Amino acid sequence: MVQLKINGKPTQLDVDPNTPLLWAVREQTGLTGTKFGCGIAMCGACTMHVDGQPVRSCSTPLSEAEGLDVTTIEGIANADGTLHAVQEAWIEHQVPQCGYCQSGQIMNAVALLRDTPNPSDDDINEAMAGNICRCGMYDRIRAAIKTAAKASTVMGG
Amino acid sequence: MADATEKKIKVKKEKEKGPRKGRWTRRGFIGAGLVAGGALVVGVAIRPGDRTDTLAEYVAGDGEHLLTAWVKISEDNTITAIIPHGEMGQGIHTALSAMLAEEMDADWDALDIIEAPAEKDYANFPLVREFATGGAKVPGFVFDTLNGAMLGLAKKMDMQITGGSTSVRFTGTGAMQTAGAATRELLMRAAAKDWDVSVDSLRTAKSMVYHDASNRSGTYGSFAAAASEMKPNLQPKLKSRKDYTLMGSPLPRVDIPAKVDGTADFGIDAKVDGMKYATVMASPVHGQTVARIDAKDAEAMPGVISVHNMGDYVGVVADGYWQAKQALDSLDVDFTTSDASSLSQEQLFAQYAESLDTGKRKTMHKAGNVAKGAEGAAKTIEAEYSVPFLAHACMEPMNATAWVRDGKADIWCGTQNPLGTRMAVAKAMELDAENVTLTTAFMGGGFGRRATPDYALQAAALSKVSGHPVKLIWSREETTQQDHYRPAVLGRFKASLDADGMPLTWESVFNHEGEPKEASDIVYAIPNKLVQVVDSPSHTRLGPWRSVDHTQHGYFTESFIEELAHAAGKDGYEYRRALLADKPRFIKVLDAAAKLGKWGEPLPEGQARGISIVESFMTIVAQVVTVDMSGGDPRVVHVACAADPGFAVNPDGFEAQMQSGIIYGLTAALYGEITLEGGAVAQSNFHDYEILRMDEAPKIDTIILTSDARLGGGGEPGTPPIAPAVANAVFNVTGKRIRKLPMRDLGLGAAS
Repeated sequence: MVQLKINGKPTQLDVDPNTPLLWAVREQTGLTGTKFGCGIAMCGACTMHVDGQPVRSCSTPLSEAEGLDVTTIEGIANADGTLHAVQEAWIEHQVPQCGYCQSGQIMNAVALLRDTPNPSDDDINEAMAGNICRCGMYDRIRAAIKTAAKASTVMGG
Repeated sequence: MADATEKKIKVKKEKEKGPRKGRWTRRGFIGAGLVAGGALVVGVAIRPGDRTDTLAEYVAGDGEHLLTAWVKISEDNTITAIIPHGEMGQGIHTALSAMLAEEMDADWDALDIIEAPAEKDYANFPLVREFATGGAKVPGFVFDTLNGAMLGLAKKMDMQITGGSTSVRFTGTGAMQTAGAATRELLMRAAAKDWDVSVDSLRTAKSMVYHDASNRSGTYGSFAAAASEMKPNLQPKLKSRKDYTLMGSPLPRVDIPAKVDGTADFGIDAKVDGMKYATVMASPVHGQTVARIDAKDAEAMPGVISVHNMGDYVGVVADGYWQAKQALDSLDVDFTTSDASSLSQEQLFAQYAESLDTGKRKTMHKAGNVAKGAEGAAKTIEAEYSVPFLAHACMEPMNATAWVRDGKADIWCGTQNPLGTRMAVAKAMELDAENVTLTTAFMGGGFGRRATPDYALQAAALSKVSGHPVKLIWSREETTQQDHYRPAVLGRFKASLDADGMPLTWESVFNHEGEPKEASDIVYAIPNKLVQVVDSPSHTRLGPWRSVDHTQHGYFTESFIEELAHAAGKDGYEYRRALLADKPRFIKVLDAAAKLGKWGEPLPEGQARGISIVESFMTIVAQVVTVDMSGGDPRVVHVACAADPGFAVNPDGFEAQMQSGIIYGLTAALYGEITLEGGAVAQSNFHDYEILRMDEAPKIDTIILTSDARLGGGGEPGTPPIAPAVANAVFNVTGKRIRKLPMRDLGLGAAS
């Protein structure tokens, strides 16, 4: 039995603690917004936040998240239920095509903006290079991150 | 399905009245009727022609009552567009709905959109019609389906393909617009009758009919019942482009909101009560079977339910994916071997070379006489080009969920061919099609891969043998090694130039004949040409890959024409222009790309531009790329893309498709290579099958040109031009001609 918080909710998961966080969350909680891409932390589709830090959940044992706060794409919206600025920007720039990688892209972008509120192209390239988009929407992701950065600055001061 | 039955009855009546025999009339029947719940349903039933023997054989049994598109209007004025194509990121639900709503004057903001079920009524009839009329270029996998080769569906039109950049071109114009216009006419006639006014005095807007003279208005829904009693106009008048309010405007995609908050359901997200998880390993050498399996250890592992020898693959069913995967990895399995089991990449290409030397040649395209044409040539140029196998590498690994029991089967999966998948499962499970349901989901990438139903068949088989509902998930490794690959191709090219450097002849021979046939043709005005193909059997599974044969031939042709320009001492852009002088659409696209890409303007040291132009799926695309070689390897800094699809239904969606096609093709050009070792695919995951990433992604500018041409495709035409444009740019910096893809490991750095 592993105890942790998922999207703010205390949760007990009765699975082998070696199970990757990705599969524990997807199969035990029904939160399937986080995706399986490669299983070896090479594509970023499975990105979740553990205590605010982006991790590749396909390669993170559940035991490492014990007692910690796990946030998935389902938990990234604002407290009042409105979309996060990054999600809004994703819609504004019509970023997703197939959309499969986008949960991971968004989670990574949220973490980037938290650490670097006004990222340069180089910052974005560096931070986002671990997330593959097979539909090749990199141009739009870059633009959306900049829009989200502006919106966050205006809102958050 | 009640709706379908209703519809067939209605349309059969229509058929009795309509013209019977004879040539294809290029028009569809329109059926209208009231279904349970009081909703008016309108579909287009296309009459199959009999001009093509191949086609006639397959459509004969199915009569003339296939409905291809429906719009449903309920009395509360809810309008539902029913879209017979899968969404894999191309925005097709949005584009096709817009085509329907445009002609119908439906309220876009209140439109409901659903994906059609895997029913016969939604087979790709508009697509087949285009084929039958000879007016279109149909991609290879469609022929495969027609021939029954792919799915083994002889004499049935179980085809509901999303591929070949066909959805907008064929379903859109052939069905959605026609259905929309016919529906609007029906509703106006119903209103005119009710109000006792002339149809001409009415106007429509946002799902309402108006009679301004008497200040009356009514919802479409209020006339739905009356309209269902009327005979629809078989040839409704379509709007002219100048009157469009939706088509041609950038429309936010309807599938996007669910794709930013985690609620979009892909195949892998299917949830079925009592569901278990499975994963599989097929013979690494394709075509071989399990020779021996020792499952003792695996069966004893926690969470493992059962291990199965399925003939050509092994499967593990467990409580979770990870447990299934751990058990699979612990299995001791041997597969049978064959001559192919020792085949290396070098041997494969040596076989291709031998085929080109001695194999029987089939002529694909011919003009003039190359032997005579070459007499008196000032120069002869020869070159050999090659491309490797390519995997699709969809972000979502292959997966399907199945529950096979009690003489029925339910399937949940993302697929580019729902109906074909359903029929294939029925056949494999020896069930009647009526006892098989298929629920589609978003596809995490398709690119041609999800046109083949192998993963759904495995899920069904594992559900059957294990007795559980089973979600089968392939590992990334299995997804990479059990793909249906873009063929590896070797091509030889020869041309002769006159004293001015202009080509007199063009000859080529290559292995692998796929589709579409025109991919290997050349668009340039060269008086004598001979394009030939030889057979090259492969034990490796092949399949359609984004833009199909245009990927290899676009690269070959656009590289070799550049070699001719160079030999002639001419600029690549000007040389192409001269050879396209009689093709004004091409010239416009080429000029637009050159302008956008600042062709001829100075660049920093170590950078150069390259140009290319390819028509595929009736869309012409030219690209000018800027490549920086200062780091040793090619880095694409900028891509200028000009495209003429005739008309872009959703310009923002079309632009996104160009961007996507470019990155997809650029990944292949720089990195993409599947090789064989011991007959098996050597690559397994993203560390050795690399995908272009954010830090390597160029800035892309796109310009969309409009012309009078029929609608062209969007999903694929962005891909073919990028590889040759980059290769040509690399030559313009380094003087090294790239005749083999991918570009990495070619020692380019050493030359710069």
